[in-house]
Order: sequence, then structure tokens, then C-alpha cells
Amino acid sequence: MAEGIQRADISASDVHSLHKRVKDAFQAFDYEMNNTVDVREITTIIYSLGCFPSQKDIHEFIAELEEDHTGSVHLDKFLPVMTNVLMEHKFPSIPEDVLIQAFEVLDKDSKGYLDSEEMVELMTKEGESFTQDEMTEMLMALADHERRIYYKDIICQLTFDQEI
Amino acid sequence: MGCGLGKSKQQMQKSIRAAVLIQRWYRRYVARLEIRRRCTWNIFQSIEYAGQQDQIKLYNFFVFLMQHFTPASSESKALETFHCYESIEVSNSYTGPRLTFPLTFCGVSKLVETFKHRQKLHARYVLQLLGETAKLLRILANINHVSTSYTKEITICGDLHGHLEDLLLIFYKNGLPSGEKPYVFNGDFVDRGKNSLEILLILFGFLLVYPHDVHLNRGNHEDHIVNLRYGFTKEVLGKYRVHGKKILKLLKKIFCWLPLATVIDHKVLVVHGGISDATDLDTIARVDRHKMCTTGNSDPMPQNGCIHNEVRGGGCYWGPDVTEEVLGRHGLQLLIRSHECKQDGYEFCHNRRVLTIFSASNYYEVGSNRGAYIKLGPDLVPHVVQYQASQTCRELSLRQSVGWTERSALQALREQLFVHTSHLIAAFQDLVGSFHNVFVSGMVSLRDWASATESVLKLGLPWRVLRPQLVSSTCSGMVDYQQWIRELTITKPNLETMYKNHSNLETIFRIIDTDHSGSISLEEFRQTWKLLCSHIQTEISDDAIDDLAKCIDFNKDGSIDINEFMEAFRLVDLSTGPKVTE
Repeated sequence: MAEGIQRADISASDVHSLHKRVKDAFQAFDYEMNNTVDVREITTIIYSLGCFPSQKDIHEFIAELEEDHTGSVHLDKFLPVMTNVLMEHKFPSIPEDVLIQAFEVLDKDSKGYLDSEEMVELMTKEGESFTQDEMTEMLMALADHERRIYYKDIICQLTFDQEI
Repeated sequence: MGCGLGKSKQQMQKSIRAAVLIQRWYRRYVARLEIRRRCTWNIFQSIEYAGQQDQIKLYNFFVFLMQHFTPASSESKALETFHCYESIEVSNSYTGPRLTFPLTFCGVSKLVETFKHRQKLHARYVLQLLGETAKLLRILANINHVSTSYTKEITICGDLHGHLEDLLLIFYKNGLPSGEKPYVFNGDFVDRGKNSLEILLILFGFLLVYPHDVHLNRGNHEDHIVNLRYGFTKEVLGKYRVHGKKILKLLKKIFCWLPLATVIDHKVLVVHGGISDATDLDTIARVDRHKMCTTGNSDPMPQNGCIHNEVRGGGCYWGPDVTEEVLGRHGLQLLIRSHECKQDGYEFCHNRRVLTIFSASNYYEVGSNRGAYIKLGPDLVPHVVQYQASQTCRELSLRQSVGWTERSALQALREQLFVHTSHLIAAFQDLVGSFHNVFVSGMVSLRDWASATESVLKLGLPWRVLRPQLVSSTCSGMVDYQQWIRELTITKPNLETMYKNHSNLETIFRIIDTDHSGSISLEEFRQTWKLLCSHIQTEISDDAIDDLAKCIDFNKDGSIDINEFMEAFRLVDLSTGPKVTE
């Protein structure tokens, strides 16, 4: 039991629920059906469970888990660590309004949109830069025919379904 | 690295923080789509396996049918085994090329023609060609060494990304690969474009015919993990429903055995991503390349230095000083790489010591960029040829493409559920308890719903994740399972999922048509259906059977002829592009 943290007791069935969620996400990537996944999929699994870790967080997380550089991670190791992350809300989500503010910071002329060129410049040079593939993918997904990204619109469009 | 004059440090910090937030949010969005895509893939995988089980039941059913219908002259056709491609039979109705091995120039040029006319190569030949390719690649070195002294010029192509029209354009302008026309293909043959598989088959075909003159370098997209995300896996599974998995398995092996780089005349290095300050060709030549899971994701940068990407498997940004040092150390004069899309199809940098070549024109959209290839003669001065393909289809957006595959997979899953309704009902009744009057309550918890469904279908799918797509409504976390079953039975089954084998169906037809009149009466049909259903333990009401029969009897003359029978099962091989859903 976690000590010194003030919140309602986590019941056994809550833990069971969390375990089931983590297992379901994990198993979507377990192709050999032997409770292991390729270590490169871990990032996707963490994100899909509703967490927003930074690249550094992911790096540390993976370092904790990877066994002998086999390139794979076993569920037995992943489950407790990931469940802990979920219980302690370690990588909290970004609320919509904060996200819009972030875009507004970058949209210096307050145009209401960002050009593809601006996006590429920002996303590939600043912060936790995108790879070539990620950048292409984002532009293909979000830019309109004039190669602009109207950020308020796309954030509204991209609503997430609630987890059960 | 920020731009803009007079920008305060604080503002830059703010910008960076904003960028990080957006990047993080976007990665999460993509990951959520990714997991839906993987679930979809798992559905296809598991249904295929279940489909194989159905086929075995079908086989047993044939035997059973024969005993009851005593057909006059029946050649009982054993169902093909699913394991060995040698036993994959090619029916007479297949009009594509029938390749013979060892592959000849004739064979591979037939292949090019086939794909030019948008026809499909039979799975048997796909697997055979891939098998031969895998055998060849294993004996190749990590680095291809090529010399211009015996030939006129070498042609070097960059990323193709499934754009078949660009490859065909290159062949048209430059000629097909041969002993007199050697080629180097610098990776990223697949993903994004619609014809990744065709490109691979053509490249591998030429590799088999001219192993000394065609050289392939591995790109970062020659990787099964990347393929899951960027479209190649989906393309294969869509084009080859029955054998797609086998094909992908073989490709996985092939990708890891692709060589890593090519060196021309000991002077020009050709590699997909690029270099780093740690690049050492002797080391690269010695590694076990098939154990390496990833290749360089590197890009040149204008400033000096070498910035390594922290994230696992990442490459680096390298500067002109690194280029000078690495080239100097190895006695090289030019680095040719790809990986980045360039508006003109090519771009020099680092004092013209690095040349980026990109061969997929209209990469982002029609008119976005040209493609190019390089011609290199004994003088080793690169000549660039540009082009632009005239027509191309815009790829579905990320969400659209995930949504479409998902819909097909969910459709297939719903059909499976329908087939098992009687078992599902039994499983739910067990849950509620035999002493309960099931019609009173009829509600089960989500957890129970998931475990009951899994116990019947045994597909190992994450039912709770899929629940929103399969059950229309829940009531405070409970599923009204009776309503759900009712909803399932309302949707008509798509028999295409169960009956993929054309010749099996023909056999069935001929068995049912006992008087060999060429048509089956509705009564004969009804009887057969009931037999089939009892044999594979499915329930189907008389009304549903009648409905089905009436659907199949297109001209409404009260009987079903062979064409109507076949049409009803719509056993046309899928061609490229999305299936039109009804």
C-alpha cells in the first residue's frame, strides 16, 4: 500500500480493473501470444493507456524494464510498473484549454492557424523533435488543402473515447 | 535553434514548452489510433485462424454431404493444407503470370507488365518469389561493393514508398535493370503508397535475375513494426486475405537480411539514412545485420557536430564536419542518402559532399514534389534526372484509414458473433444461473459479458476495448445481453467470410444439384443449409434460410443456378483499394 499519499483507498477490484486495462493494452501488441512485446511498442502502449510522458520519462521507464537487451519486455515486469504509474497518475493528461494555449503561444500573429512550414520548423527543431515520419504523418492528418492547421478545429474533432 | 530577431529568452522558453506540449499530445493521439489499428489486426489474425477451423469443419461436412447425397462422379477434393506454399494450387481461372524458378528476365518483365495492368500475382508465386529472395539475401554481405569499371553507368534511386507509378516511370525513362544497366535502390520501398508489395516483388524479381547488378539497401521502413503503422501490413492483408500472414512473416525475415549499404568504386557511399560520428565501415561490415532491429533515422544538419537522438533506436543529426571526417577516414568522396523528401527530388548539402535522393514524386499530395534518380559513371560525378508522375491517389487520412480497416474487421467480427449466437445465449444463461428466469433479468456486467463472449469465441481479443463498437448501449455498466443477441441476429451474415474457396463452393453446388440440371431448387437449398448448419453447430431459422435463398435467386425463377450461387458468395479476388461497403 502506498503510504503518505492522501486519497481514497484503492480497493482490490480497482487494482484488478487497472490490471485488466494494462493487460488488454499490452496484449494488443503481443503477437507471439507469449506475454512479451517488442520494446519499441512500449511507448505506444503507455500513451494508449492515457498517459502523457515526456521522451525522457519514456527512456527511463524502458530502461527499468528492458531485459538483457533482448529487445522485448515481459508482461510480468510491465504490469506492476505500469499499474503503479496509473495509480499515481504519474504522467497526467493535458487538458484541452492548455493545449489550445500552447498553440496560441506559437501562433504569434494570432491568425487562428499555423502554416505547414511553421509546424515543420517548430516540431522538428524545438522541444522533443518529431522524426521525419511523424512530421509527414501529422501534416497528412491535420493540414487542410491550403496546408494550414486550424488548431482549434482539430482539437475539437479529436475527442477521445472514455476508457471503460 | 530558434528563429526570429529580438526574441527574448523568456519567449523562446515559452515557445519550446508549447512545442513540447503539442508534440506530446500528438504522440498520444497517434498512439490511440495505433492501438485501435493493432486490435483490428488482431481481429483479422484471429478470425483467419478461426476461419481455418471453419474450413476444416467444411471439409468434414463435404464428407458428410457425400454420404447423404451419393453424387455420381465426384472427385473428393482434399482441402489444401495451409502450411506449404508448394501445395497452394493455382486454379485454371487464374489469368496472371505463372512464374517458374529460377526466375528469368522474361519472368520478371512479365511481372512488371502484370502490375502495370493492375493485376495480381497469385499468392503461390508471391511466396515462392519471396522464398527465393530470402535464400539469396542471406548469402549477401552487409555492404554491397560495386564497381563502374565494367559498365557504363549505375543508377541510384531513393525512397519509393509504394509509388509504383514512379518506379515504372524510372524504368521507362532509364531502362529496366540488367547486366548493362545496374541499379542501387536505397531503401524505404514500402509504406504510405498503395503498391508497396508490387514494388517489392519487382525489385526482388530483378535481384534474383541479376544478383550482381541490382543492389538493395535497407531503409527504416523495411521493418515490420513500422509497417504496422504506416500502411504496408494493411496493404498485404487486404490484397491477400488467406495467405497475407504467411507473406508478412516471410517479409519480416527478408527485411532483416537486406544489406545495409552500398559502396561504389570504394569512393561513393550509398546508405538510406546517413552517418554519424561513430560510423565505421569495417565495423558495419562485420555485424550480424539480421539481429539489428533498426537502421539509421539520421538527417544532415547545417551546423557542425553530431546530435544523437535519445529515444531508443533513433539516429542522429550530423554536421558537415562529421561528413568530412567520416569520408576522409574511409577515403570516400561522396555520400548519397535518402530518407528525406525534397521538393526537387534531390538536394546537395555539406559542400556538395552529401546528396539526398528521393524517388517518390507527389509524396504529400499531387504537385508537392518531384522525384529523381542519379546516374553515376566512371567519373563518379552524379547526374540527376528529375520527373513527376502524372496521377496519384491521395492516401486516406490517418483517421479515415484506421476507421476503414476497423470497419472491415468489426464487420468480420460481428459475423463471427452471429455464427455463434446459440453458444453465446447458452453462455449467458450459464452466467445468470440455471434457476433464474432468464427473461426477467437479462443484464450482465461488462466483465461477465467479456468473459462469456471470450469463452465462446476463444479469439483472445480485448473485448472490453471493443465493447463500444459491438454493443450499442449499456445501462450503468451492464449489458442487456438479450437485446444484444437480437441485434446480432438482425444483421444478415456475410458468407464471404466463411466461404473463401471458390472450388470448394463449386463442389458443394454440384453435390447439391443431384440431377445435374445446373440449378438447385429452393427446397434442395434449404435442406443443404440445415445440414450445414447442424454440422457446424449454428442456428439459423427457416425464415433466414428462405430469405437467403431468395436473395441468391436473382432472377426470381424459383431456383438457383451456378452463377447465382457463386455471385451470392462474391468470391472475386480483392483488387487494390478499399472494399465498397454496402
